[in-house]
Amino acid sequence: MSNIKDFLLNDFFVTGEPMIYMADVSIVLVTIAIFVVLTYFKKWKWLWKEWLTTVDHKKIGIMYILAALAMLFRGGIDALLMRVQLTAPNLKFLDAQHYNEIFTTHGTIMILFMAMPFLIGLINVAMPLQIGARDVAFPYLNAISFWLFFVGAMLFNLSFVIGGSPDAGWTSYTPLAEKALDPGVGENYYLLGLQLAGIGTLASGVNFVVTILKMRAPGMTLMRMPMFTWSTLITSVIIVFAFPVLTVALAMLTIDRLFGGHFFTATAGGMPMMWTNLFWIWGHPEVYIVILPAFGIFSDIISTFAGKKLFGYHVMVYSMVAISVLSFLVWTHHFFTMGSGAAVNSVFGISTMAISVPTGVKIFNWLLTMHRSKIRFTVANLWSLAFIPNFVIGGVTGVMLAVAAADYQYHNSYFLIAHFHNVLIAGTVFACFAGLTYWWPKMFGHVLNERLGKWTFWIFVIGYNVCFLPQYWLGFMGMTRRTYTYPSGLGWMPLNVISTVGGFLMGIGFMIMVYNVYYSARYGKRDTTGDPWNGRTLEWATTSPAAEYNFANVPEVRDQDAFWEMKKSNRVKEWLNQPIKDIHMPNNSGRPIIMAFFFFVAGFGLTFEWIWVGAIGLFGVLITMVLRSFENDTGHHIHKEEVERTEREAGRIS
Amino acid sequence: MSQSHSLNNQTPLEYSTEDGRLKIFGFWVFLGAEIILFSCLFASYMVYLHRTAGGPTPDDLFNVKEFMTETFLLLTSSFTCGLATHELRRHNKTGVIIWFIITLILGLGFVGMEAHEFVDYVGEGAKMSTSAFLTGFFTLVGTHGCHVSLGILWIIGILIQTARTGINPVTARKLFIVGLYWHFLDVVWVFIFTVVYLTGMVL
Amino acid sequence: MQSDHTTTAHSHEGFPWKHVIGFILSLILTVAALYVVVSLSLSTTATITIILVLAIFQVLVQLLFFMHITEHEGAYQLIAIIFGIFLAAVFVAGSIWIILYGTY
Repeated sequence: MSNIKDFLLNDFFVTGEPMIYMADVSIVLVTIAIFVVLTYFKKWKWLWKEWLTTVDHKKIGIMYILAALAMLFRGGIDALLMRVQLTAPNLKFLDAQHYNEIFTTHGTIMILFMAMPFLIGLINVAMPLQIGARDVAFPYLNAISFWLFFVGAMLFNLSFVIGGSPDAGWTSYTPLAEKALDPGVGENYYLLGLQLAGIGTLASGVNFVVTILKMRAPGMTLMRMPMFTWSTLITSVIIVFAFPVLTVALAMLTIDRLFGGHFFTATAGGMPMMWTNLFWIWGHPEVYIVILPAFGIFSDIISTFAGKKLFGYHVMVYSMVAISVLSFLVWTHHFFTMGSGAAVNSVFGISTMAISVPTGVKIFNWLLTMHRSKIRFTVANLWSLAFIPNFVIGGVTGVMLAVAAADYQYHNSYFLIAHFHNVLIAGTVFACFAGLTYWWPKMFGHVLNERLGKWTFWIFVIGYNVCFLPQYWLGFMGMTRRTYTYPSGLGWMPLNVISTVGGFLMGIGFMIMVYNVYYSARYGKRDTTGDPWNGRTLEWATTSPAAEYNFANVPEVRDQDAFWEMKKSNRVKEWLNQPIKDIHMPNNSGRPIIMAFFFFVAGFGLTFEWIWVGAIGLFGVLITMVLRSFENDTGHHIHKEEVERTEREAGRIS
Repeated sequence: MSQSHSLNNQTPLEYSTEDGRLKIFGFWVFLGAEIILFSCLFASYMVYLHRTAGGPTPDDLFNVKEFMTETFLLLTSSFTCGLATHELRRHNKTGVIIWFIITLILGLGFVGMEAHEFVDYVGEGAKMSTSAFLTGFFTLVGTHGCHVSLGILWIIGILIQTARTGINPVTARKLFIVGLYWHFLDVVWVFIFTVVYLTGMVL
Repeated sequence: MQSDHTTTAHSHEGFPWKHVIGFILSLILTVAALYVVVSLSLSTTATITIILVLAIFQVLVQLLFFMHITEHEGAYQLIAIIFGIFLAAVFVAGSIWIILYGTY
């Protein structure tokens, strides 16, 4: 009995930190609150039937986005804790260990559990609508993807209160992340949480590739696809070919830690550098996975609010195809200082500079799209406009880092930190906010309040620059990343104070956005037309929010900017009044969430090295797969009377 | 989503529905991902080839007769699996089942030999934890072995469905896809045979 | 893209010549690789080059004779597999170069 108590207090629950006790209490309270609310309003059945078992791409997209926003909150809190700790020299707000844990979870969560699911959520919401499809190619697999991401994220976050957080950085470099130097379960959480989410992402990649290549509306040739759909296709191709590398790297380190392997150990012939190599073979394409959809979002938004066709559409496509290949050929620039030698560094330095060319081309395309147009300064467009100069700063400093010899100076300094936040926030985060604002009416049927949105925009963008620009100088002054405090007398404090102020401004901006969600749900302008922005692409051709079947009749595409062409040639009414037929749709299923639960059990068991629990979990996964295989699921039909009724209620047919 | 049964003599059953076409293409894309997965394991194996930490080397371990037998078992199973697909195209249910059962037996023989090989190595003191080379070896060859084992379970499941419902667009699609998977594993084995076993004898 | 379904309709009937030829080729290639390693005493580089080339032919045999890669969505499927093989080569060669450059 005392053994169990000992284990629970020393190894299982994280103890001794007031902040973590606070987290424990708030987790319990929030969970109870959710249970009470759901039970009181009798919403359990609704939750299960409408959301947890759904295979509808729009609902899955919304769940991705909700989870990503929650993760943005958690990662943001981590960031603010770090900024507080660094504000002044010799602060004792966080100790070294706690600081290590926080920068590790901040990085991992922001890239893998915030940026990627946010973009995949927006893809799910918009891409099938943009190509005029009824759903993705494999709706059931899509649900599995989401639930795998979700349980992966939950497993990773559980480390905060049970067992202890990973603390070897988001790159988890070996041999530091090996058992000898990092005992405990923290790193196991990292390995298994990412593994689960990664498998889900790979499945999403396959799903989107097939959807885009095979399920486009008649007449939509590849060169008539909206730019966001193009960017999704290229991103998915990169996912398919990059994520297996992460799967292997994580599995190898897991084998080292759980089964005594010697891939990355410092003993028995192990090669810690191989982890770095594999991690970045995945890691660099990953950078493009989170930036290309962002480019697609900006392209669509800029062209919509300029009221013009996208300038240089073909060049835009070719540059993305070039990026998809080049993104796999530059990975060594993340470890120029590892000492692979001058020849290796030169080759990868040059390929890195080469990849900035197609990116630069895109910047001019966006600028020329707006040239001589009447720009509408909506919130979605403001984010897109702010992206251009801010991203260019990040891009240019990136080319500086690509100079291998100079990188020995910049490497792992705050210059690097400033650089990648400059591309990731101005690129990915701005795009997430822009896309969220742009497609919000399509998801929920009302527009987000523009005035509050502008407050968010200005406070966040100013805060972001105040936070990260000083860090370039801090880097030059010698401040290195992952340092938890610094002595006085180095002259680093003033810039650090400014940076912290900027960080909190971003936090305030985010809070205003959250308030805006509440405010707009109650008072926001309802979108009855389905086309609140005078849009150009097919997602605006249907109702807001779109019906389960997306389109009563699949539109026929005759040009780029398909919906714009329909509106110009007055085909919309004729299209809406075409005779309606029965529509075939996939069935909902509870199995994806159950399967993901078994994956979670397996992941949790392996994290604590309880092999038998892991085996039970994996056996459960196998059983759910077999059940699926033996299931005769041919979907269902929505009858044409029902479709007609829905369309009539939306005022689309009389 | 439309289940258009545009059955004519020209289109093989597995391609006759939208669902079948999507899933077969999706599986090819997945095989592209599998190529990358194995390439990383091969890259690691080659990097660790000489890092034996004083433990057994490839030359000490590999036995020509053993790995050649494994190779012929798997090559032949790929052939019989191809014949099953051929019978599938002729809508010959019995032929499909017989050739797949032969494939299964050959596959089981392969997995059994590999398990035996692994047990032998461990008996000789060549364990996963002995050296980086052996970690790489067991992970690469073991991952392939796991794929084959999973393939065996998969084929059994689909054969049961075929026996129950006969050859129709759904079972045809499933049989065709599991066939692709099986051939792919043969492709991977060709590289394991070349890069691990033959190269191990040269270097 | 090649979506002409009729091109997939070959040899539904009759003796599976294609598979038999593929099988014989794969056996010949395997034995040849073993022969090069065991019976010919070429230099290490030459041996490894030859057996790798033989392995690549084996792959082509599997893809063309057994896997029907050119069927149906032939072009997309081919792109997926060729891009995969290209990247696999990049990752293998790149990793060995990066990690072992200057080690020996």
